[in-house]
Amino acid sequence: MSQVKKMRPWQGFATFTASELSVLFRRRRTWAMLFTISLIPIFLAIAVKLSGSTVPPGEGPPFLDRVSQNGLFVGFTATILAIPLFLPLTMGVVAGDTIAGEANTGTLRYLLIAPVSRVRLLIVKFIGATVFAVAATVTLVVTGILIGIALFPIGPVTLLSGDVIAIPAALLRLSLVTLYVTISLMGLAAVGLFISTLTVIPVGAMAATVVVSTVSQILATLPQIEVIHPYLLTYYWLGFADLLRAPMDFTSMISNTLLQIAYIAIFGSLAYSRFTTKDVLS
Amino acid sequence: MSSAQSAPEYAILTSGLVKSFGTQNAVDNIDLRVPAGSIFGFLGPNGSGKTTTIRMLLGLADVTSGSIFLLGSKVPEAIGGALPHVGALVEGPAFYPYISGRGNLHRYDSADRYADPATRDERVENALARVGLQHAAEKKVHAYSLGMKQRLGIANALLQPRKLLILDEPTNGLDPQGTREVRALIRSLSAQGITIFISSHLLIEIEQICTHLAVMSAGKIVAQGSLAELAHSEILNLEIKTPDTDKAITTLNSLDIEARFENNRVRANIAAGFVAPNTIVDALVKSGVRVEGFNLDAPTLEERFVSLTGEGFDVAG
Repeated sequence: MSQVKKMRPWQGFATFTASELSVLFRRRRTWAMLFTISLIPIFLAIAVKLSGSTVPPGEGPPFLDRVSQNGLFVGFTATILAIPLFLPLTMGVVAGDTIAGEANTGTLRYLLIAPVSRVRLLIVKFIGATVFAVAATVTLVVTGILIGIALFPIGPVTLLSGDVIAIPAALLRLSLVTLYVTISLMGLAAVGLFISTLTVIPVGAMAATVVVSTVSQILATLPQIEVIHPYLLTYYWLGFADLLRAPMDFTSMISNTLLQIAYIAIFGSLAYSRFTTKDVLS
Repeated sequence: MSSAQSAPEYAILTSGLVKSFGTQNAVDNIDLRVPAGSIFGFLGPNGSGKTTTIRMLLGLADVTSGSIFLLGSKVPEAIGGALPHVGALVEGPAFYPYISGRGNLHRYDSADRYADPATRDERVENALARVGLQHAAEKKVHAYSLGMKQRLGIANALLQPRKLLILDEPTNGLDPQGTREVRALIRSLSAQGITIFISSHLLIEIEQICTHLAVMSAGKIVAQGSLAELAHSEILNLEIKTPDTDKAITTLNSLDIEARFENNRVRANIAAGFVAPNTIVDALVKSGVRVEGFNLDAPTLEERFVSLTGEGFDVAG
């Protein structure tokens, strides 16, 4: 007879997380988004290669002028291009879909009576969204490096401070950039998770999440409300250039991480209070 | 079963259960008593509050007032103690369309913290076999017919050994053959001692297999009990076929029976034991009524169901 035994609180957590990731990455949509992300550095590199001439410094996206001299800059420049819109867009799709998508297909009720506790479901969904953020930024940077190697000379990298570092050190800095961007997206993932508990229409939650990131970036351009700028979700999103100085400047990394943790705490709590009291009627 | 002594008498017990949406009570003060080991039919027209009740039983929706005990555990506070022993099909099956049938069962099983990963493959295969889906197990669910999804939903409810199965309209979308299979499956599960709670809007779907019934109408339970209790009727239907309508009615009136002419028959409702059938026939013949047909019967379950819930297509508002 299977009696319900006293269980360790994390019993089965890893299994369910693995199942969540496998569901996420068995979706064609997930791979389509990652594929589209990989096109950004590819198009960027091809465009620079075809134009043949060196871009005058200061024109186009930052560091674009350096791409043709050193392929390692492709991933970096592509990241700058993708941050304002494309990465938040894909993050919005994944985070907005977390709860609303399950509610929409009715699978939510079967998960809950499996049973999985609502808190565990929220945590696992957040982990899933974070893993997607990692996958997205890694895709961006790694594709950038590969296409850069394929099309351009590779060599020691000249930093913003003028210092020159060897290729392995440059790759380390690129991985720090990847980490930075992933952390940047985690706050948005928490916002999306909360919005996703409010509706059973996943598209609505996705759009609302993207709107949050866009509005945040628009607010950041208004000097009249400068006082709130440091609290905006997107305030430090482009701050990873600090990682390309010697010595490395971790100020924005730390501020950004603290800010994102605050967003995760606030919107995680909102998602918790909303989802744990909500009637699942779909 | 080692826990037989401590097993509660009722697999589901609610008292004064209410669920309101705004000012309207979708479920209005119901006392469900589902005896352990029974096959319990939960009957009612669409919109009568059956699914809302099931959602509350499973902790998916909050209770407005009243209490629920599921396998002896208070819901929602202690539902974690009961849910692992409950398999359910709620308001139709739901799956990830881009994943195979087998993959979907794996997904739900890994959501269950009490499920042993070591036996997962075996349990999934057994569940698939029980509903005859082994050959379609690798197909993605979006390619499944409604009947196949329904079977997969039942398989999901059977992933673990259960004490209680809650099946909301389980034969929906199944062909007659599938319906028979599901009935046979329910009987065999019941024979293993599993309590089965099965909702339907069609009496004929379930009256052959149920031991107990509750009838719901507009959020209230209008009848509940064992099939024998419900089939036993204090009121009998009298039906007489005769060309001498008026004379028959007069004669019945003289026996203190209020009769009427309806659908080409003289009809009356008589309390059981009020008057012997042969007394009525005697009186009719003596008055010169030509009796061509005579029937004194308890109403069928179907007639009682319709009289309790109404016949029309109107969904309770």
